[in-house]
Amino acid sequence: MSEIVKKILYLNRKAPYGTIYAWESLEVVLISAAFDQVVSLMFMDDGVYQLVKGQDPSGIGMKNFSSTYRTLGDYEVKNVYVDRDSLAARGLTADNLVQIAWEDVDTGEEMENIVTVIDASRGCELMAEADVVFSF
Amino acid sequence: MADMIDVDGKQLAVDEEGYLADLNEWVPCVATVMAKQDNLELTEEHWDIINFLREYYEEYQIAPAVRVLTKIVGKKLGKDKGNSKYLYSLFPYGPAKQACRFAGLPKPTGCV
Repeated sequence: MSEIVKKILYLNRKAPYGTIYAWESLEVVLISAAFDQVVSLMFMDDGVYQLVKGQDPSGIGMKNFSSTYRTLGDYEVKNVYVDRDSLAARGLTADNLVQIAWEDVDTGEEMENIVTVIDASRGCELMAEADVVFSF
Repeated sequence: MADMIDVDGKQLAVDEEGYLADLNEWVPCVATVMAKQDNLELTEEHWDIINFLREYYEEYQIAPAVRVLTKIVGKKLGKDKGNSKYLYSLFPYGPAKQACRFAGLPKPTGCV
């Protein structure tokens, strides 16, 4: 277990399939979250497609890892942000996205959905607040 | 050349760490054969965890890291089972690694 806890922000900007970025990012997120780091995710540009529900990539022979995002709550990731302008530019709203539940087993604190749609200005703040930003 | 294990006379490929190459080939007997190789006798308590892992993979498409496994087992199967002492007593080579292997899943993400 690491003694140094950093605030890490993962910025996801690419479509889920066609490149390995989305899946690689998710794997790194799960690994760093498992090692007690404070992990947040932000989705913008084509990256917002990663969270769209009802995906079926079987036609292109890819594993449908969109359901894996829903496990982030189990990995104690509490903050998942989606850029409002990027959604709007693609004709999407929060209703098109998967919901990720979060629960603290010790305190019983629960959140039904940790996916939050934010404005660009809030996105800038979050990047400034993070110790490390990884862009995928 | 991949390693093979013999399950009911059928040869199934495993990777260099003993994880099943194709999870679709899994049958309960795979777990029994792998457990025997590790000198373990599978009890109902083992099967609870193995089946739970398979359901988790089915839903989320990943094998959970050990800390996450401990937490969610506690949530689903009861607090007395959601601790590493209990899980290690069942799976001495590491609850996530060994149980995932028996369940035919890939090595858990985040396991070193």
